[in-house]
Amino acid sequence: MVTGSNTNGIAAGRLDQQDYSENFDDLHPPLSQHEAMVAADRCYFCYDAPCAEACPTTIDIPLFIRQIATGNPIGSAETIFSQNILGGMCARVCPVETLCEEVCVREEAEGKPVKIGELQRYATDMAMAQGRQFFVRGPSTGKKIAVVGAGPAGLACAHRLAIYGHQVRIYDAREKSGGLNEYGIAAYKSVDNFAAREVEYVTSIGGIDIEHNKALGSDISLEGLSGEFDAVFLGIGLGATGDLGIDGEDSAGVDDAIDFIETLRQAEEYSAIPIGRKVVVIGGGMTAVDAAVQARLLGAQDVSICYRRGKGQMAASEYEQDLAASNGVTIRHWLQPGKIIAEGGKVSGIEFEYTAFDNDRLKGTGETTIIPADQVFKAIGQKLDIAKLEGSGLKTNSGRIAIDENGQTSNPKVWAGGDCAEGGDDLTVSAVAMGRDAAENINLKLATGA
Amino acid sequence: MADIRNNFIGIKSPNPFWLASAPPTDKEYNVRRAFEAGWGGVVWKTLGEEGPPVVNVNGPRYGAIFSGDRRLLGLNNIELITDRDLHVNLREMKQVKRDYPDRALVASIMVPCEEQAWRKILPLVEDTGADGIELNFGCPHGMSERGMGAAVGQVPEYIEMVARWCKQYTRMPVIVKLTPNITDIRYPAKAALDGGADAVSLINTINSIVSVNLDNFSPEPSIDGKGSHGGYCGAAVKPIALNMVAEIARNPETADLPISGIGGVVTWRDAAEFMALGAGNVQVCTAAMTYGFKIVEDMITGLKNWMDESGHATLDDFRGKAVANVSDWQYLNLNYIAKASIDQEKCIKCGRCHIACEDTSHQAITNSVNGERRFEIIDKECVGCNLCVSVCPVENCISMVEQQPGTVDERTGKKVSADYANWTQHPNNPAAQAAE
Ligand SMILES: Cc1cc2nc3c(=O)[nH]c(=O)nc-3n(C[C@H](O)[C@H](O)[C@H](O)COP(=O)(O)OP(=O)(O)OC[C@H]3O[C@@H](n4cnc5c(N)ncnc54)[C@H](O)[C@@H]3O)c2cc1C
Ligand SMILES: Cc1cc2nc3c(=O)[nH]c(=O)nc-3n(C[C@H](O)[C@H](O)[C@H](O)COP(=O)(O)O)c2cc1C
Ligand code: SF4
Ligand code: SF4
Ligand code: SF4
Repeated sequence: MVTGSNTNGIAAGRLDQQDYSENFDDLHPPLSQHEAMVAADRCYFCYDAPCAEACPTTIDIPLFIRQIATGNPIGSAETIFSQNILGGMCARVCPVETLCEEVCVREEAEGKPVKIGELQRYATDMAMAQGRQFFVRGPSTGKKIAVVGAGPAGLACAHRLAIYGHQVRIYDAREKSGGLNEYGIAAYKSVDNFAAREVEYVTSIGGIDIEHNKALGSDISLEGLSGEFDAVFLGIGLGATGDLGIDGEDSAGVDDAIDFIETLRQAEEYSAIPIGRKVVVIGGGMTAVDAAVQARLLGAQDVSICYRRGKGQMAASEYEQDLAASNGVTIRHWLQPGKIIAEGGKVSGIEFEYTAFDNDRLKGTGETTIIPADQVFKAIGQKLDIAKLEGSGLKTNSGRIAIDENGQTSNPKVWAGGDCAEGGDDLTVSAVAMGRDAAENINLKLATGA
Repeated sequence: MADIRNNFIGIKSPNPFWLASAPPTDKEYNVRRAFEAGWGGVVWKTLGEEGPPVVNVNGPRYGAIFSGDRRLLGLNNIELITDRDLHVNLREMKQVKRDYPDRALVASIMVPCEEQAWRKILPLVEDTGADGIELNFGCPHGMSERGMGAAVGQVPEYIEMVARWCKQYTRMPVIVKLTPNITDIRYPAKAALDGGADAVSLINTINSIVSVNLDNFSPEPSIDGKGSHGGYCGAAVKPIALNMVAEIARNPETADLPISGIGGVVTWRDAAEFMALGAGNVQVCTAAMTYGFKIVEDMITGLKNWMDESGHATLDDFRGKAVANVSDWQYLNLNYIAKASIDQEKCIKCGRCHIACEDTSHQAITNSVNGERRFEIIDKECVGCNLCVSVCPVENCISMVEQQPGTVDERTGKKVSADYANWTQHPNNPAAQAAE
């Protein structure tokens, strides 16, 4: 039954079936061949191209675009995958407006960059649809490596290690592989079960087996892995969202944005997901935007993002902010949560305090306002679950696992990369780069016995 | 407002833009539309002998070369002369000329290389009221295998002979259309003049194979798996046509021979360039076939605006103005020194100039300055070759700057001289004559 958007409280089935499928369709439908040709033609084949430099995985962008333009899309895919085996997902989720496309010379020339991300998807989709594999597993080295976490960092690391002929065992705490690609990325960025298909594509190189439902810290220990394997790579991402630390936080209807998105990503039917009529998301990053937009797409009537600083300080890019706005999300700045107001144990609103900078320090002004809400999502940043690493002796730095420039931790047998590691910047593409580069270093160290 | 009325060997038209003999001028329907659109004249699709007309292939006639974004740069065709009955064409020409007396209507003709054949067709054409005739000595395929078209145009003696017959059997002005499929265009032009022709028009299409199908290994356009060479035309042939026009215009023997410029005219600018090299007017085919007849509107206003801005009141004011500047390499001033200069405001930092110069020329462009991505000319290395200008995607971003006499050329360490000195006087030239 359709509940409609005027129903108070948290309810499922607010929309027609048709609306759900339209709402959660591909954000950027794939380029047709003609569109790809026109888009590729705009690339100047720059020398020492700034776009490639801005890509954390340093894909040779001018080359792969030229390969599309000359009718060699399979060669193009090989160029992409040789630097970034998750090039397909990155093409869908990279905030290109702050990476490669931001520095495209045509952005400088005309304010319209070459559509690098969409072209990357064009080539990688084609190769994957044709089942083209560009890498073969190297002759066995007899070395065994444990990778903890089957997210972007772990997968990229495992793939590169397999190329070198090492035997890789991946352990993941969850039921499915893919990490946030599977559980976190907005639904409209990764349709048609792409995350799972990509894991299949990456691991089909061979020499990689995955054990699910095996969590470091409970089912397995770093000590155990270090004994059994020649090297260990940690790509365990970040854990739970931090608490707001305000009154009423435990009221019904106050949820973690990550959990909400995860439910959504794993749902068989969008119509079965309950969502509030008036939703407030607290935070200013990509997760806040994704939660707010998807709440709207599920039929929430009133959705606002409340952020404690100004527009310029938001971690969500301008493009993401516009995406939110165009989906009817209101973004409010200079508001910090004061307390949750609840009725009968259920949230009914939040009291915010206005903020301002006082000599570069953010301070409450004392003035408050109440925003009605029947559902509140917390999206104030995830933290590494240090408890999992207890007793491992690994050093941490600013809440992440400390690593050197090669991805090596304070334990010489252990490497780390992606969100959980120092320098991780909460981007899929960076996690891929860190996983890949750690694999290179592991291979080097194992080969030289250093 | 500039006056662009054209008088070409006595044939008057409101503007110098004619449609060349080709599909756009194939029949009354097209030509009426062309005149309505504003074209100054047409050369009717080439007429053949009386009797059963030639037949065309029934498969693809065209092949193409594209730039990025599939813009048509060059077209190749294997079409023959008109495949319609002679008398139908003549009737239509007469009707159209009567309805558009102010436009030029020229008949293109190709009949066998026999006096009788020409003698027979000329009165029929004259009867239509056509303003002149153009002898098609250029068609490079099909007709040439039958001893006509380019087969005549490649033998100066035949050109002269047929031109003479035509002058003998008609009072209409005679234009000889030349084929570019020869080694030196000056000979056929001279032959036309010697035969009494009033003008030459050039170029017809160039022998070409535009592409090979890599699935069935047939040249394209492919007719049942086979292809023959076709005639190349469109923007891509303009440089070849311009050079041939210039060769005729600056040859003292043919300097006064009127020229109708053809080959790759796409814009008013192309037309102005042909005319600056001596052409009295231009003819257009592929550009019209690409965009339709409407492009003439831009040709007309573009030419007028440029003339106004440049102070040319009539076409004669600039016609031939570039001819005297076409020289031989040996007379170019070797003391003229230019160096590239990059406008940093315009530079979008693509680096193409750098890599072109670095890999294939003179290593004269930086790619970083003080650790920053920056492209600057290294005067000490720059030979002024213009490659960077040619590869830069931003117009006027790189320019060639003349080095002023008296300054020192950092590359050679020598002072730039104000004097003219060419290869014939150069000390490295074994045959040099001492400069006076
Ligand atoms: C809601 C949301 C939206 C995002 N949107 C984007 C986006 O659009 N574009 C973008 O570039 N980035 C986005 N990101 C960031 C991006 O998803 C991450 O940076 C990226 O997934 C990090 O990869 P990772 O491999 O380091 O960690 P994760 O993807 O988090 O993977 C970690 C893996 O380790 C497993 N694991 C965790 N703990 C244990 C344990 N103790 N034992 C065993 N296994 C364990 C997990 O189950 C998981 O599979 C988003 C993040 C979120 C939360
Ligand atoms: C399809 C086609 C058919 C042509 N037929 C003739 C013709 O019958 N007679 C002729 O003199 N030239 C013919 N030409 C040559 C054109 O008149 C013209 O000389 C040539 O195309 C170069 O001009 P452009 O670059 O503007 O096309 C033909 C050209 C094309 C493309
Ligand atoms: S991986 Fe991401 S940043 Fe790199 S080129 Fe692709 S879309 Fe751009
Ligand atoms: S910067 Fe833009 S134009 Fe240059 S290579 Fe990269 S995508 Fe192409
Ligand atoms: S080619 Fe032009 S735009 Fe590109 S770097 Fe050189 S000067 Fe700048």
